[in-house]
Amino acid sequence: MSMDYSSVLSNRIQEIQPSGIRRFFDILEEMKDTISLGVGEPDFVTPWHIRDAGIYSLEKGFTRYTSNAGTAELRREISAYMSRRFHLQYDHAKQIVVTVGGSEGIDLAIRCLVNPGDEVIIPVPSFVCYAPLVSMAGGTPVLVSTRVENEFRLTAQEVRDAITPKTKLLVLPFPNNPTGAILRQEDLEEIAEVLRGTNILVLSDEIYAELTYGQKHVSIANIPDMYERTIVVNGFSKAFAMTGWRLGFLCAPAALMEQMLKLHQFGIMCAPTTSQYAAIEALRNGDRDIESMRDEYDGRRLYLVEGLRRIGVPCFEPKGAFYVFPDIRATGLTSDDFCEQLLLQEKVAVISGTAFSPAGEGFVRCCYATGMKDLGEALTRIDHFLQNLPKKQPQGVAL
Amino acid sequence: MTKLLSLLEDDCTLTTAQLASMTNMTEEEVKAAVAQYEEQKIILGYKAMIDWDRTERNAVTALIEVKVTPQRGEGFDRIAERIYQYDEVESVYLMSGSFDLTVIISGHSLREIAEFVGQRLAPLEDVTGTATHFILRKYKEKHLIFAKQEPQEREWIFV
Repeated sequence: MSMDYSSVLSNRIQEIQPSGIRRFFDILEEMKDTISLGVGEPDFVTPWHIRDAGIYSLEKGFTRYTSNAGTAELRREISAYMSRRFHLQYDHAKQIVVTVGGSEGIDLAIRCLVNPGDEVIIPVPSFVCYAPLVSMAGGTPVLVSTRVENEFRLTAQEVRDAITPKTKLLVLPFPNNPTGAILRQEDLEEIAEVLRGTNILVLSDEIYAELTYGQKHVSIANIPDMYERTIVVNGFSKAFAMTGWRLGFLCAPAALMEQMLKLHQFGIMCAPTTSQYAAIEALRNGDRDIESMRDEYDGRRLYLVEGLRRIGVPCFEPKGAFYVFPDIRATGLTSDDFCEQLLLQEKVAVISGTAFSPAGEGFVRCCYATGMKDLGEALTRIDHFLQNLPKKQPQGVAL
Repeated sequence: MTKLLSLLEDDCTLTTAQLASMTNMTEEEVKAAVAQYEEQKIILGYKAMIDWDRTERNAVTALIEVKVTPQRGEGFDRIAERIYQYDEVESVYLMSGSFDLTVIISGHSLREIAEFVGQRLAPLEDVTGTATHFILRKYKEKHLIFAKQEPQEREWIFV
């Protein structure tokens, strides 16, 4: 007797589309000598003093569970960090929970807020997790396409147009993966004006908050009347090059946090203990690491933007994260074809904008968290690729 | 503009075009700035870091603690200069503490170094004592690690 698994799996999970990028990765794994601008994580190893703190905690035998919310010591450090870096005050006892990466925090927030039928506004292109998590909670993702003309910033008007009586939550994924867009203080103030007087909450995914260039990150929780309706997601992966440690945190009003902690307690118990000890060291003595990695990214960012423009690929200047999101419409290729042909012909891996949303069509994501030599070589190869494209006039595309 | 200097210190093979975009300067400005740094001896030179132990060539390095008598009017500068003029001498530093100069020298064999210390360095009239320490193994120099690093494959994950 064979099982009919489709009849036993939940309808919701079966309705969620798998990521189309798998096939692309399968090609990649077969190829040698590729230059990858594909993977969205720091190329730096976690700074040694942070790794060492993790190792030392193991030597001392700190291998048990911590309290559900994370060690009090770490939550105190997070509280001090949020105040020091972002001018946000959170009580370590009631307003902070340490999570398994920012991703768990996003999941907790969505599941604790969304009732079946609720709508969640999600700007796209953005990281791919929000809509599936909303769907799993029985909610309806309302995708709002940000536009290259606005440097992929979400505008207050776009938010206003998306709001219905069913709107529960607005996701604010800025600095943005994959576009590198940020929201400035004035953008946030305008969005706040739309939200004031409603019951709509904000899930502000600020995992790239430390990686902004030329201007400091501003959280929407800093805007008057927004603190009490905002859940901030942050973490260690991007700022401290700690992706594999799987450690993030949530900051939110106590009444929300109490419920999210319940879900975290049942689903996860607590974040990894070793990672928590490493994170304490990161927050106490890691500010300089943040600056030096950011400086390094900044140089690469400027080089890649200018390099792409020089070879004729239009590209707005991204002010955050570590991605450049060039416009490839003039090639006449779809983003998927562009990525596949570039990989097969020149062995350079970039990610199709459509991997993030149909709104990413016409764009590709290049991650510059890689060495200058590779960036230089990638530009040479992309240039070569473009030179060899059959010349054809794209239809109805104005650049 | 220490940004430009930091970038060059880290990797002097960066092209002018790369340096220009990384610092928001034009290529002409980069060239002019570098030329000026070179002229002012702020940039002393450009060298490759080589792990000679991985080559056929024998290389021995020693760190020598040197005690000297400083000279009236010249301090340590004159004697330091007399030492650093030798080609074998890689580095000379004036130190605080129980000796005066650190001299790092390299040669092809222990004997070459012993001869240098015995016949050239120690006999200098202002040198009052030396202690020679041979470097057995280099682990790290100028932020570069000598051990072969295991290449870490980046896993393909969609983030």
